[in-house]
Amino acid sequence: MSMVRLEESLRRLGEVRAPARLAEMVMDRFAVMDTPLGPFFVAWNRDGVSALHEVRHGEEEFRHWFDDRYRRPLARSEAPPPASVLRRFDMRGVAPFQRLVLEKTSQIPRGEVRTYTWVAKEIGHPKAVRAVGTALATNPMPILIPCHRVVRSDGVIGNYGAGGPVAKRRILDAEGVGVGELEKLAQRGVRYLGSDTTHIFCMPTCRHARRVMDRHEVEFRSQEEAFAKGYRPCKVCRPVGVAA
Amino acid sequence: MDFERMFAEHQDRVFAFSYSMTGIRAEAEDVAQEVFLRAWRSLREWEPERVAALNARAWLCTIALNVVRNRVRAASSRPPLAATDAALLMVAAPGRGPESAVETEWLASRVASLPPAQREAVVLVTVQGFPYADAAELVGRPVNTVKSDVHRGLAALRQLLEREEVLAV
Repeated sequence: MSMVRLEESLRRLGEVRAPARLAEMVMDRFAVMDTPLGPFFVAWNRDGVSALHEVRHGEEEFRHWFDDRYRRPLARSEAPPPASVLRRFDMRGVAPFQRLVLEKTSQIPRGEVRTYTWVAKEIGHPKAVRAVGTALATNPMPILIPCHRVVRSDGVIGNYGAGGPVAKRRILDAEGVGVGELEKLAQRGVRYLGSDTTHIFCMPTCRHARRVMDRHEVEFRSQEEAFAKGYRPCKVCRPVGVAA
Repeated sequence: MDFERMFAEHQDRVFAFSYSMTGIRAEAEDVAQEVFLRAWRSLREWEPERVAALNARAWLCTIALNVVRNRVRAASSRPPLAATDAALLMVAAPGRGPESAVETEWLASRVASLPPAQREAVVLVTVQGFPYADAAELVGRPVNTVKSDVHRGLAALRQLLEREEVLAV
């Protein structure tokens, strides 16, 4: 190879193009997405969704919030997030405890709710009920990580970061949770529902509890009451936590 | 300058720089990623006048030089690049034109295996096309030193070419 050709080849080496994924490695992207609660900004990167944020506060506010939280560059995308991305979450910027809470919350099925106490027990921190509330209130990916499916044990729907209790009720109704019925039960002090044919008791919205026919439905105010009557906890909704 | 625009305008150049400095695509991606994240962190702290007056091309090069130097220090225990993979690829793909990706790969790996000063000089001057004076400022060495580093680097590459092209035929 002559001197000229070597230098020519080296110059061409300087014209190598960056791979498309470099942009994804450097910047999170965001677009506007329709949700049951109206339009939301959704941000994502190679690892999955990194944020959902209400559009009504405006793009500037969203960018500031993202910057405060993640300290990473963010760029607007013309295209919506690919469907494959919406199934994964980027938890790198989430503290370990909040991560536990969010991962547990992701497992609550659509159409059902659990309580803050339940989440605390399930993640092995039964006394950290208040901390669970805080972790959910600052959920950076509401709707997709369904923090709206966690309610208070006294039947109050509880607060909701992405639009307050009204929004929380709206999205639960849309998912088929009878919020009104649930509140009435809780106001009467009912915490669990059992079946007198199977002698199993559940969280009231557990899909197994809802299958029980009215004439076989038994109400319990506490787990002690259920145990005393010879009932065992449901293995699906685990009404008294994993330890039981 | 806003960061997105800076990224769009300079990503190819920064990647090509990282690629010729490291010789490995995956590593070049990591280097380029770190360069832009560092740049972003600086830009968000700066006054708008300072950002406006910025020579982005040279600035990004300075950051990239530092990133590569730090990585080399961190990975100094790593074994030296084997002189086989790319040469074998050339054997496996005879008759390819000199523009081929294989040659680019071969060349990047050989540039990356030059001694640090020669590598920096060749990459800045011959690969990236900086004038000697600018390259000297970027690496913090006298112009004449950079000139002789370029010449010695090119001579070493030519020697490698002659030796390994025998293998490739």
